Amino acid sequence: MRIAKISIIFLGLSMLMISCGSNNGNGATGGALQGNIAAKTYVAPGEKDEFYAFISGGFSGQLAVHGLPSGRLFKVIPVFSVDGEKAYGFNEETKPMLNTSFGFIPWGDSHHPDLSQTNGIIDGRWCFINENNTPRVARIDLTTFETVEIIELPNSAGNHSSPYVTDNTEYVVAGTRFGVPVPQRDMPIDDYKGNFKGALSFIKVDPEDGGMNIEFQVLMPGFDYDKAHPGRGKSHGWMFFTTYNAEEANTLLEVNASQLDKDFIAAVNWKKAEEYIKQGKFSTMETNYAHNVYDEGTHSATSTMVKEVRVIDPAECPGVVYFMPMPKSPHGCDVDPTGEYIVGSGKLSANVTVHSFTKMMDAIKNEKFDGERYGIPVLNFEDVLAGVVQQPGLGPLHTEFDGKGFAYTSFFISSEVVKWKLGTWEVVDRKPTFYSVGHVMIPGGNSQQPFGKYLLAMNKITKDRFLPTGPEVCQSAQLYDISGDKMQLLLDFPTIGEPHYAAGCPADLIAPNSKKIYKLEDNKHPYVTKSEKATKVVREGNEVHIYMTMIRSHFAPDNIEGVKVGDKVYFHVTNLEQDYDVPHGIAMIGAKTSELLIMPGQTETFTWEPRGPGVWPFYCTDFCSALHQEMQGYVRVSAKDSDIKLSWSLDDE
Amino acid sequence: MLNMKKSQIMMVVGALLLLPLFFLPLWKITLNAPQYPIPLGVNIHINKLADVHEGDMQNLNLLNHYIGMKSLPEGMKEFVIFPVVVLVMSILGLIFGFVGKKNQYLFWFILIGLLGAAGLYDFYIWMYDYGHNLDPRAAIKIPGQMYQPPIFGTKNIMNFKVDSYPALGAYFLFTSIFLSLAAYLKDRKTP
Repeated sequence: MRIAKISIIFLGLSMLMISCGSNNGNGATGGALQGNIAAKTYVAPGEKDEFYAFISGGFSGQLAVHGLPSGRLFKVIPVFSVDGEKAYGFNEETKPMLNTSFGFIPWGDSHHPDLSQTNGIIDGRWCFINENNTPRVARIDLTTFETVEIIELPNSAGNHSSPYVTDNTEYVVAGTRFGVPVPQRDMPIDDYKGNFKGALSFIKVDPEDGGMNIEFQVLMPGFDYDKAHPGRGKSHGWMFFTTYNAEEANTLLEVNASQLDKDFIAAVNWKKAEEYIKQGKFSTMETNYAHNVYDEGTHSATSTMVKEVRVIDPAECPGVVYFMPMPKSPHGCDVDPTGEYIVGSGKLSANVTVHSFTKMMDAIKNEKFDGERYGIPVLNFEDVLAGVVQQPGLGPLHTEFDGKGFAYTSFFISSEVVKWKLGTWEVVDRKPTFYSVGHVMIPGGNSQQPFGKYLLAMNKITKDRFLPTGPEVCQSAQLYDISGDKMQLLLDFPTIGEPHYAAGCPADLIAPNSKKIYKLEDNKHPYVTKSEKATKVVREGNEVHIYMTMIRSHFAPDNIEGVKVGDKVYFHVTNLEQDYDVPHGIAMIGAKTSELLIMPGQTETFTWEPRGPGVWPFYCTDFCSALHQEMQGYVRVSAKDSDIKLSWSLDDE
Repeated sequence: MLNMKKSQIMMVVGALLLLPLFFLPLWKITLNAPQYPIPLGVNIHINKLADVHEGDMQNLNLLNHYIGMKSLPEGMKEFVIFPVVVLVMSILGLIFGFVGKKNQYLFWFILIGLLGAAGLYDFYIWMYDYGHNLDPRAAIKIPGQMYQPPIFGTKNIMNFKVDSYPALGAYFLFTSIFLSLAAYLKDRKTP
């Protein structure tokens, strides 16, 4: 009897546990009861979102544009990977964008979007994003939402601590995550320690047109430079990088790079570095990297190989770099809006450690050093320490700020966001994420002026949060309302690739400048055709150039004869439309490329090498009008030795 | 001016009010449809047709070609005649104003009224032709559908609600006409 009673009690308890567990499971408990949660993310049909969020596409290589608070996806901007939908990397105009020192590379791993700033405030002009695998930084023009520039980073590998924009967009930065021999050479991997280097590139941005160029590189010891953050306000002029693998291990890093109690935050005084550059205290290294620029006038990109880079050796340039000890392989390196606090997230630490810029400057002034590494002074941990957030969670990764004196740190291992107070270091709130959050983003939350209304948590694991789609499920982000004392989970929404990081700002900063069409009269494409009268087909040896136009609902010309097997046919297609949202597409049977999707006023080119005689159709791929289905044409292909003359027509004219 | 009668001033001002017609639109036709959150619009001036928003006329022509309408004209004889008529009437009005004879005011009022009516009639003829003289090869043919835009008022044509109303220039013209009549009425009782 007693055993039976105990059994029943245990069963009862277990039922209780299970029911509690399921209640706590989804994080939005009481959501339906509270009722107002749905309203907070509801953007009625025809209404618009309050914020833009530019969310990294991770291993898709792209950049996704979402609206907040709805989470709706507006556009996937192709950046580092080809995109058959938009012909990016397929048409002749954008192929040069993906050129590198290794040749054309069709894929990239995009990580951290960041927006241009003026006086430490987001100005909505450009979005920058880094590529990790083949080190590159891209610039996206926020009037066209197109990638307009990509610069490759020499002497770098794993461009991870990047791009991170300074207060006036003087620089975007690009620090290498993987130590490599500089310059690259054949040597034993075991000789890593002391021989491999980590280059920190400072990319100057033209304040007028946004054009990028690598101003200089600081050649650092071969630690892994993981994340970076520019100084803000009082610390403007400095760039802070977290490092891990100060052990300089070259194998089984998960163990061998986790041995030291403290790695470093490298504080780089880029204004001082500029002085050394002015004094000529740099060496010029021979190198080879691609600089690709898309011109809106010609609707075409060009790729230029750059052959040298200026390099600073920090050991020979005192005052440029200092090391601040930071516990346990830090990831996030985040500076608060005042520029005073430098928050390091030791990802193997139970605490969040915060350094003080003022204390750092004092220690440097008084030359209170605790030795040096490779000629770079190491500051005393206690001398620069502002405070420690004690045991806020497990696996701190990244911190953003709300501009009201609070910081929000993501915890990967304990899967939560923790809100804490700057200065008192006390934890004031915590909310779970689903699951295993990486970075968080508050619009403007890494600048001097955060818009502290929402926080976006970007998760590494999704599992059961959405309808399943086989073993591979979507990536996800979660939106929290942070306008009150306590955070409130509002919304889950799927994202593309892996959302490493995001940048957000009020829509007002960008939407009014968004272009509607490209003006046809401003089109300077070398193969533009500005009217149907000007259409023609020109043979140059075995190359055939078709100067084609498209307008509702026909191509001109739409009947072409005289093409021969063995020809390479260039379709140079201009969209004559000048109305908002009237793109046309074109696709050709058997063309080993993508469609073209051409915006009003734009010219794009694809090539086709017909394999056999016949009459081959092409058609419009974008439902442009009531007679879209009729928007089609034919190319007659004759045998190589045929004497059929080149001719072209529209409606027999 | 100081020695002029009130009626004379009214006539002179009325004649001068015709001059803004050289830069203000006389009439405006607007096409509203769900796909056009910013409606398409054409401003009709005495000497030209003009876009309300850049590209409107091109986009209108693009739509109209499906039903076989002709493209909006770039040059018409009216665009030569109307400016001359307006300029002559303005000068004539000024002369009459300075001379100050009431019957001349009445003559001017009747003349501009007749010319205005003729202009409207011409506008109607053109609109009729535009709406009826369609390309027989047009892609879209809807039995019974009238494409002629209204001369005044609102009309539904296919998916568009078409508004046709006087624009700012027309109000200057109306004021001008009213002032000439008022000048005559003011002096009517005087010998």
